[in-house]
Amino acid sequence: MSGQTSPIFGNLDWSVTPFTDVLQHPGTSTIIGAFAASVLVLGAIAAVALFTRMRWWGPLYRNWLTSPDAKRIGIMYIALALIMLARGIIEGFVMRAHQASALGTLAQREGGLVAPDHFAQLFSTHGTIMIFFVAMPLLIGLINFVLPQQLGARDMAFPVLNQVSLGLTAAGAALVMISLLVGDFGTGGWTMYPPYTGKIFSPGEGVDYWLWAILISGMGSTLTGMNFAVTIFKERAPGMHFMRMPLFCWTSLCVAIMLIYAMPALTVSSAMLALDRYADFHFFTNEAGGNMMNYANIFWMFGHPEVYILILPAFGVFSEISSTFSGKRLYGYTSLVIASMSIAVISFTVWLHHFFTMGQSAAVNIAFGIATMVIGIPTGVKIYDWMATMWRGRVRITTPIVYLTGFFLLFVIGGLSGIILANPSIDYQVHNSTFLVAHFHNVIIPGVLYGMLAGIHYWFPKAFGFRLSETWGRRTAFLFVGGFVFTFMPLYVLGLMGMPRRSPTFQNPDFLPWMYIAAFGGVLMLCALASLIWTFWTSYRHRAALAVPGGDPWNGSTLEWSTPAPVPEWTFPCIPQVTARHEWGERKRAGDPWKAPAEYTDIEMPANTAHGLLIAIATFAFGFAMVWHIWWLAILGVLAIPGLVIFRAMRIIEPRIIPAAEVAEADGRFRQLVASLPAATRADEETERNRGVPDIAEFAG
Amino acid sequence: MSGNGLYPGLNLGATHGEAHEDAEKTVFGFWVFLMSDLIIFGILFASYASYLDPVGMAGGPGPKDLFDLTSVAIQTAFLLVGGIAYAGVSLALKYDQGRAKIITWLLVCAVLGAGFLFFEVKDFIAQAGEGGVPQASGWLSSYWALVGLHGIHVFSGILWIFATIGQIATRGLDDVVKVRLSMLGVFWHFLDLIWVGIFSLVFLVPLA
Ligand code: HEM
Ligand SMILES: [Cu+2]
Repeated sequence: MSGQTSPIFGNLDWSVTPFTDVLQHPGTSTIIGAFAASVLVLGAIAAVALFTRMRWWGPLYRNWLTSPDAKRIGIMYIALALIMLARGIIEGFVMRAHQASALGTLAQREGGLVAPDHFAQLFSTHGTIMIFFVAMPLLIGLINFVLPQQLGARDMAFPVLNQVSLGLTAAGAALVMISLLVGDFGTGGWTMYPPYTGKIFSPGEGVDYWLWAILISGMGSTLTGMNFAVTIFKERAPGMHFMRMPLFCWTSLCVAIMLIYAMPALTVSSAMLALDRYADFHFFTNEAGGNMMNYANIFWMFGHPEVYILILPAFGVFSEISSTFSGKRLYGYTSLVIASMSIAVISFTVWLHHFFTMGQSAAVNIAFGIATMVIGIPTGVKIYDWMATMWRGRVRITTPIVYLTGFFLLFVIGGLSGIILANPSIDYQVHNSTFLVAHFHNVIIPGVLYGMLAGIHYWFPKAFGFRLSETWGRRTAFLFVGGFVFTFMPLYVLGLMGMPRRSPTFQNPDFLPWMYIAAFGGVLMLCALASLIWTFWTSYRHRAALAVPGGDPWNGSTLEWSTPAPVPEWTFPCIPQVTARHEWGERKRAGDPWKAPAEYTDIEMPANTAHGLLIAIATFAFGFAMVWHIWWLAILGVLAIPGLVIFRAMRIIEPRIIPAAEVAEADGRFRQLVASLPAATRADEETERNRGVPDIAEFAG
Repeated sequence: MSGNGLYPGLNLGATHGEAHEDAEKTVFGFWVFLMSDLIIFGILFASYASYLDPVGMAGGPGPKDLFDLTSVAIQTAFLLVGGIAYAGVSLALKYDQGRAKIITWLLVCAVLGAGFLFFEVKDFIAQAGEGGVPQASGWLSSYWALVGLHGIHVFSGILWIFATIGQIATRGLDDVVKVRLSMLGVFWHFLDLIWVGIFSLVFLVPLA
């Protein structure tokens, strides 16, 4: 970085790119950096070329980027998450490969594939991406897609705000992505603890990339939380009492409330750190009365609820699939509701377990340790409920069930290692070791990742009209389960042997065998990623054979299965009247669930708008400008946002009306189609005979 | 007209319940947003308290050197009277007294808000002159962040008032604008609420 700040380009310095690095210091580390940057550039060029060739820009803009439809917004969130997941897994693999070759000696300390600083960037981007740009968009996307359909609502309470949230998340993700190409990312891990990340120890743009990505996407998540909460409180179909909501809606409600109360803490801690860095404040500095423990405190007031924000939607998914694929009613609905809400509440009372070693009194530590262990109780209740749901059911081993089984086996181990860590005196021994790394991957991968992938598999036909290949789906699931075991179980051992986390090198040769096993696991994880991509591709190619236009491929019991697949933009031809907890199941029991509604009315839909897109562009420009101190652009960006909002507020915006005749026509065609399709039995579920119309005589949920 | 009891003060379109339901949803959403905002202030209050000790002040100027309670009292008066003035807006809306009256009351609020800001900024400048800049200590950082954020809120409130006046002028007093007026009211009173906290915890406690 040059010393002078240019008035036009700020600190932006094109001579520091991974490409120039590799020319100046050729080596594996810089080659990997340049390779990653090339993949990004080439990928972007390939995407642009493909879209231009296929003439997809127009449809992309009209049908997707400007759509306020929660279902489409949900799909875009998930697409974003999957792209980021690919980068995250590859980074995980590079770190595993690095550590497997990173045995140093006391004389020659550095070893391995990548330079120490590069390794630090890897775990920082990996952690940041996985939490904020994989797990969060996956669950927010899934909730966006599923929640309104399950509630019997047409859309979110605030569709355009929803678009803005997506835009903010995407702008944050874009900042992390662009850091591959221009400049460096921070090296402070996903938590970016000061004072190390303060200006004195981390000058330069790295930490700023993290800060603005987090601040911007965090705003998006706060707004999302509001949107979900208001949707659940105000948009339920008539008759959809709280205790009739499917469990996924309940966990969404927990998530919404937690987002509303937890995200502000992250906003505050990041904003304070930004003030320290940009304006020489002294919140977290070593001198002038700064106190870094305040950062840890505020960050984890967000951070711990965050991990339950991540896991609860997965619990919702597991509740749905365990019942559907066992052909049984969900066991212990009420206990699951209470357990979810208890988890949501208790999760706000445990954050201190992330810094047991801060030096507070033993009594304080014990209080938080006990609170932490208490969370195990409602979680345990849930596991038993799902097992009881499957007990003596006619379980079909579909892909989601493979994920669920993997979850049962692995998540319990992760949870138990969490209980171990909740014990302050044990935590003193193993904190900051790879034991901890093993623990959180052990809950996050079987919990969040499996849960979300299971959910994607389950609801995919609703979105696109065809099922995903079960064969490849199961292969992917097995690879993720096996890959997990090989990658992370060795880290428990390594942690107990004394290997600190985030270590670019180590000197103990006894670590090596475990490192090799973990690296092998990393290869399996890469294979799982490839297999996941292949699942989508091969299913797309065989979409005719996999098509389920009847819309109910799994003989489900919740409302979203009553509509065609792919689901029309208005979702329900007329808002359903709910009379029971498993409304769609009850209608099946009553016979003739596909009866046409008595009359159709005009449907009001929010009009398409570029509002979210423009806000996303403005915030991205603002974030990028702040990172590089391009002040004129930052000011422009920051003025553009209220400008856009006020501009929109001044205009009268008419909704789009879909005439009743059009709805009646489409709906009539759907009902005829259903009548003409053969009913598939459970045994036929994975065959071509499954056209999305199940044999309702078999329904037992 | 407003027989169903929902937002009687807004005089929304007489057609049917739908306008009321929308209002209900939007205003509820805004309340939820403010709850989130409240957490932000809550954490800043807690930080302020945690820096309020000799370590946090790090030998820099302290509350006794910097705070001018008279000025703070004047600011409080401006802000709280501004809050009361918003009742003028609500009443004019409720009794259908026309746009001119609503705009007048909105302007009164804006002027009172600006008066508050004037004295607040004057204090900030004076404090900076005495070495009380946010760069001087952790405690001053937290003071400027908390009080400054509230000031920024008041400033956005004033901007919002003018944006609303613009909307009344261009699109008239339709249902959407009425609902926004009610949200603006919630926001404007929220600023008073936070200020009461600031007045007592930030200014009175350290001087007590
Ligand atoms: C899929 C294969 C994955 C592999 C091979 C992998 C590998 C790794 C490695 C090697 C580290 C650094 C450990 C250390 O500090 O010594 C790490 C850290 C981390 N991983 Fe993963 N990981 C994977 C998936 C995930 C997922 C799915 C998530 C979350 C959704 C995740 C979240 C994190 C976080 C938060 C960190 C901590 C970063 C930090 O130290 O600040 N990982 N991972
Ligand atoms: Cu925690």
